[in-house]
Amino acid sequence: MAAVQVVRSEWTKIRSVASTVWTLGIAAVVTIALGVLISALVDRDWRNMPQEDRLAFDPTYVSFAGMSLGQLSMIVFGVLVVSNEYSTGLIRTSLAAVPQRGTFLFSKITVATALAFAVGLATSFVTFFLGQSMLGEHSTSLDEPGVLRAVIGGGLYMTLIAVFSMGVAAMLRSPMLALGVLMPFFFLVSNILGNVSATEKVARYLPDQAGSKIMQVVPPLDDDAVYGPWGGLGIMVLWVAAALAGGYALLRHRDA
Amino acid sequence: MIELEGLTKRYGEKVAVNNLTFAVRPGMVTGFLGPNGAGKSTTMRMILGLDRPTVGDVRIDGKHYDQLRDPLMSIGALLDAKAVHGGRSAYHHLLCLAQSNGIPQSRVAEVLDTVGLTGVARKKAKGFSYGMGQRLGIAGALLGDPRILMFDEPANGLDPEGIHWIRTLMKSLAAQGRTVFVSSHLMSEMALTADHLVVIGQGRLLADTSMADFIQRNSRSYVRIRTPQRERLLDVLYGAGVAAVEADGGALEADGAGPEQIGELAARHQVVLHELSPQQASLEEAFMRLTAESVEYHAHAGALPVLDEVPAVPARQAWGSDWQKKGA
Repeated sequence: MAAVQVVRSEWTKIRSVASTVWTLGIAAVVTIALGVLISALVDRDWRNMPQEDRLAFDPTYVSFAGMSLGQLSMIVFGVLVVSNEYSTGLIRTSLAAVPQRGTFLFSKITVATALAFAVGLATSFVTFFLGQSMLGEHSTSLDEPGVLRAVIGGGLYMTLIAVFSMGVAAMLRSPMLALGVLMPFFFLVSNILGNVSATEKVARYLPDQAGSKIMQVVPPLDDDAVYGPWGGLGIMVLWVAAALAGGYALLRHRDA
Repeated sequence: MIELEGLTKRYGEKVAVNNLTFAVRPGMVTGFLGPNGAGKSTTMRMILGLDRPTVGDVRIDGKHYDQLRDPLMSIGALLDAKAVHGGRSAYHHLLCLAQSNGIPQSRVAEVLDTVGLTGVARKKAKGFSYGMGQRLGIAGALLGDPRILMFDEPANGLDPEGIHWIRTLMKSLAAQGRTVFVSSHLMSEMALTADHLVVIGQGRLLADTSMADFIQRNSRSYVRIRTPQRERLLDVLYGAGVAAVEADGGALEADGAGPEQIGELAARHQVVLHELSPQQASLEEAFMRLTAESVEYHAHAGALPVLDEVPAVPARQAWGSDWQKKGA
C-alpha cells in the first residue's frame, strides 16, 4: 500500500464532489468581498476616526476583516471532507480499501490541506490587494516590513482553521455535531471570551485568536500579548496537532 | 480462503458473535445464513478488519487483513449498497477505489460494463435506485479482480431479473475457482446458489456443512395422503404406529413410514386412496427449525393451522394462559 496511491485516490475523491467547490468558493468570495467593503468604508470614514485609532491603524489587518466570516466556510470545508465518509457510510468501503488507518486519514488531510492552502493563499493575496486599492492614501504595500508575512500568514491561518476542523470532525464523525461545535465556537464563544476582561487572558490562547496575530502588522495600542505573530501561529499549530492526534487516536481503535 | 478462529465480538454485555470457527473455501459458493441480528454483518466487518474482534482471529489467505498489500486485489466485498457519497458519480466512486489500490483505470469501465451501469457511469449516485446501488457495490467488489469475494445480502432490493443475474454471477465466480462468501437470511435464496452452508444464530455456529448434506439431514420427509375414508385410515395408521396429522385441504401427512408401507396398509384394510405422494418439507422450514431457538426477534404467531388428529403430545400449558379463563 503506497501512500502515493492513497493520496491520488483522495484527490479524486475531493475533486469529484460539488461541496469542495462550494465551500472553498464561498470562503474566498466572502473573505474578499467583506474585506473590500470594510476597507472602502474605513477609507470613507477616515476623518471621523479618533486619533488613537489612527495611530494604531493597520491597513493590512483591515483588508483581512472578511476572514472572520469567510473562515466559517473553511470550517464547513474541513468538516465535510472528513465527515462525509461517515455520514454516507463510505468509511467502511474506504477502510476496506486502505486498512492502514493512519495512511488513510493523513492522505486525506494532506490533500485537503494542500487545497485549502492554495485557496487560502490566493484569497489572502487578492483580498490584500483589493483592500489596499480601496484604502487609497492609507494603504500599505508588500514592501513594508511585516506585510508580506501577514499576507502569507492570512493564507496559513485559513488553512489551519480548515485542518483544525478536519481533526475535530475525525473525532466527532457526525457533520452536524462537528459543525454544531465549531461554528458557535469560532463565531461566538471565542469572541465573547476575548471581549470579557475576566476571560480575555485565556481566550488569547484559543486557536483563532492566537493564529490571527500573524495577520497583524501594527499591534493594537492596548496589546499586551505575550507572543508575537509566529508565536501565535505556533499556538494555533499546537491546537491543530492536538485535534489531528485526537482524530487519529480515535480512528485507530474505533470499529468502523 | 477465509479462516475464522474462535472469532468473538462483544458489545458490553451483549455477545454479537460467539466463538465462530470455520473456513470459507475456494471454488464454491458458501452461503452464510442466519436470521436477522444473528451476527452475519458483524462477522463480515471483522473479516474486513473494520471491527476489532474481542477474542479470536480471522485470516485471508493466511494473512491478517491489514497485512494485505492492496487488499482489493485479494478480497472484494459488498457490505452496504448505500455506502456511497451521493454527490459522486459511479465512475468517480470506482476510480477512487481503484487508485487507492493501484488498480489500472481501465478496470473501472470494465466492471461498470459487467454490472450494467455503463449508461449511468457519470450520473450522481444519489439518483440511483437501491438495485443500482447494489450493482455499484458489486462493481466495487469486482474491481481488483480478487480471488475472494464477499457479499452481504446481495439480493436485497434487486428485482427478479437482478436476483437471477447476481445468482449467475456468484456461480460463475465460484466456477472460476474463486472463494465466494455470501450472506442471506433467506434459505430459499441460498438453496439455489450455495454449495456449502454456514448457519449461525445469535452469533453461534449452528451448522457448517455442504448444501446436499444439509438438505438431507434437515428436511423432514413425509407422505401426503388423500382419502374419502379419513377416519378409517387414521385408525389403521394409528394401529400400525404411524403418526399422521391433518393438513391443509383435508389431506393427511404421515411421518415415519414410506408410501409403500402406507399403500400396503391401506390395501390390506381396503381403504380407498386418492393421493399417496412422498413429500419433502421446504428448506425454509428446516432452516427455521434449526434457528428457532436462536431467533432474537420473534413474531408471536398464533396457533398453527394444524389439527392433531392423533393426540401425540398433550398441549403444554402456556405460562399465564389461565388468567384469560378467569377473566372470561
